[in-house]
Amino acid sequence: MNLGSASSSVSWKSSNNDRVSDQQFPAGLRVLVVDDDPTCLRILEKMLGNCHYEVTKSNRAEIALSMLRENRNGFDIVISDVHMPDMDGFKLLEHVGLEMDLPVIMMSADDSKDVVMKGVTHGACDYLIKPVRIEALKNIWQHVIRKKKHEFPKDKDFDQSTSVEDNGDRQQKPPEDVDYSSSANEGNWKSSKRRKEEEDENEERDDSSTLKKPRVVWSVELHQQFVQAVNQLGIDKAVPKKILELMNVPGLTRENVASHLQKYRLYLRRLSGVSQHQSGLNNSFMGHPEATYGTMTSFNGLELQALATGQLPAQSLATLQAAALGRSAKSAISMPLVDQRNLFSFENPKLRFPEGQQQLNNSNKQINLLHGIPTTMEPKQLADLHQSSQSFVAMNMQGNPRMQQNNTLLMQMSQQQPSRAQMLNETNNGQVSRPPLSMSQPLSSNGIRNSIVETVRGPVYNPVSQASSVVDFSLNQNAELQNNGFPLVRSNSGMSTLTSKRLLQEEVNSDIKGSRGFPAGYDIFEELHQQKSQEWGLPNVGSTFGASTDHSSIPGTLNVSPSMLVQQVSSMKNRQNGNSLPISKVFCSREESGSVNPMGGPQLNLLPSGNLLTVKAEQLPDTSYQSTFFPEQFGQDDLMSALLKQQESVGQVESEFSFDGYSPLDNLPV
Amino acid sequence: MQRQAASMKRSLFNQEYLDEQFNELEELQDDANPNFVEEVVNLFFTDSARLIRNIELALANGPYDFGRLDDMMHQFKGSSSSIGAKRVKRECSQFQEYCNGRNIEGCKRAFQGVKQEYATLKTKLDAYFQMAREAS
Repeated sequence: MNLGSASSSVSWKSSNNDRVSDQQFPAGLRVLVVDDDPTCLRILEKMLGNCHYEVTKSNRAEIALSMLRENRNGFDIVISDVHMPDMDGFKLLEHVGLEMDLPVIMMSADDSKDVVMKGVTHGACDYLIKPVRIEALKNIWQHVIRKKKHEFPKDKDFDQSTSVEDNGDRQQKPPEDVDYSSSANEGNWKSSKRRKEEEDENEERDDSSTLKKPRVVWSVELHQQFVQAVNQLGIDKAVPKKILELMNVPGLTRENVASHLQKYRLYLRRLSGVSQHQSGLNNSFMGHPEATYGTMTSFNGLELQALATGQLPAQSLATLQAAALGRSAKSAISMPLVDQRNLFSFENPKLRFPEGQQQLNNSNKQINLLHGIPTTMEPKQLADLHQSSQSFVAMNMQGNPRMQQNNTLLMQMSQQQPSRAQMLNETNNGQVSRPPLSMSQPLSSNGIRNSIVETVRGPVYNPVSQASSVVDFSLNQNAELQNNGFPLVRSNSGMSTLTSKRLLQEEVNSDIKGSRGFPAGYDIFEELHQQKSQEWGLPNVGSTFGASTDHSSIPGTLNVSPSMLVQQVSSMKNRQNGNSLPISKVFCSREESGSVNPMGGPQLNLLPSGNLLTVKAEQLPDTSYQSTFFPEQFGQDDLMSALLKQQESVGQVESEFSFDGYSPLDNLPV
Repeated sequence: MQRQAASMKRSLFNQEYLDEQFNELEELQDDANPNFVEEVVNLFFTDSARLIRNIELALANGPYDFGRLDDMMHQFKGSSSSIGAKRVKRECSQFQEYCNGRNIEGCKRAFQGVKQEYATLKTKLDAYFQMAREAS
């Protein structure tokens, strides 16, 4: 067994999709085992080795995560202990699920039901009680197969109908299918998002699998409908049956809705938990049936609408910004800090914004945004982000007729951060050509979401020169939007909002730390918008673009414009990783001191446009965000330099954005 | 010699110093890792000494953080269970019960029990491995 090496000599380590090695499977299964107890770790290593797996061990979750990020396709499955000193096992689980979408098995000596349940709700594909026996490890390959199958149900390349599948998978599948449909869904969402962006609802008929029911792909539109239905009913009264009726989607079953609802509730709780931290907005969040999923209510609706209609005067925007930043009392927008990961994991596909108009007028929708955006932002930041996202969204809405894209995140981000954009622009140090943020259609729904995410991230609005020109994020060159003076992210080439979001996040993150300089993101935005209708005078927005989601594996794929990412990254991280900014780093949320920058973001396909780079949380340089690569499409060089400049000034992005003592899952009732 | 080692092992099991997890470890031993069990046990005693020390310090004086005590003991217990230290595990559970009851005196007493079993096991396993080595 090769220990500690991700490269395998067997055919396992080929492409992601082609995991199954015909002859040798499951031998060579690349397992990453994480446990802080050296005795257990050694034993597991030996056991896994005896199973002919290729084992890599780590006694620190952070290191494991960075290994995963650096080599996204280097592992097939992760086994992790629950109680670890440097990171809660569930957090790691979330990260991995969101960013890499690998199956994760949890282990613990604790066999109490609630902990096991926690594992289930967090998406663990299995839970082993310690001491672990080798028999329990022998069949872990089934989780890999299962996940693959679910991810690419229509991918006939991944031929499940091998004997492998028949062996263990079949028996295990039916029960597991039901139980883990949600977690599998996550993967599915991500991949399906990536691959089936246009499809409203994919009925995954995995005939070759042992699935008893077709897999429902929760596309953004579908999720949007779901959310609307839930809002209509009131979160407390939303039962699957009624939701199903309201949604009126043919082919959708009550079970589909039920499992989706479960995840959604989880997400909401996380959000509410987060907001509690922040400003107790949580209550509103959870307790308002038709409320915009919590916090955005008061502020959201109003602001967004205003924004949407472009009525919002610059002052308002500024106020928004301020509020977002937490300066003002506008914490109405309690953007629950949703762990980005979480959000994305199950929200992403759901982040569907109805056509622009709807969103604008639907405060609920706005809330959706929040929901959809898992971000681990400080309360204040959330609010900030939210606000910015709001405006963003509004802006996007107007401009983007076609928001069906999956670029939810992106859109949201871009949307959210109009102020950010502003900030970005304002602060842009260098004149780098920034790829226009694709705030376009996809942004609409997504954008809003994204923005929410962004805000959640913890709007770190560095008070950049407020007087500077307003970042003009013109969504789709939407003149109207611009007129409003909202910093619209121009989505020329379909810049993924993600990018903008990232920027924002980055900025936010940095702000969170409080030591952030002006995030580089600003630069990007500035470049992007040629038109600066108004001066937002908003503080740095969205610095937490990437920061918050350190592990933000954004489910679904956001195509973050590399430049944005770069910006973000650079701003986020003070460290200089050089120019390589992996797209995936988009969400290099937190920058933990000394920790790797989890820019390895989730794959974000924010915009369908081909220009967008799909962000895959692949390479997460060990160093902080810095390392990001510049996508070719954008004037990377310029961006880079701008970013680099930013970096100098940007403080350390809040590293543990998502881990700032916030355990979103803790709030979730089991 | 081998019989002696085997008989010693049997007695360890009978007296519940060890449980089936120890067997699991022995099954992992192979030609490539002929001393795997001993290696792991040594690893355990080395690493757990630190945990024991930390708990000791935490019990030294108040205010007592029962949550933290429980966490630490949980860690230690998990480690012990991985090598099949049955009696030690039992004492750990006892300790945790007192923790839950916020009974510091009970905790301190239970901790003495833990340390005692821990020390006894170490002695016995040292002897066992010695004998097993001589036997082979």
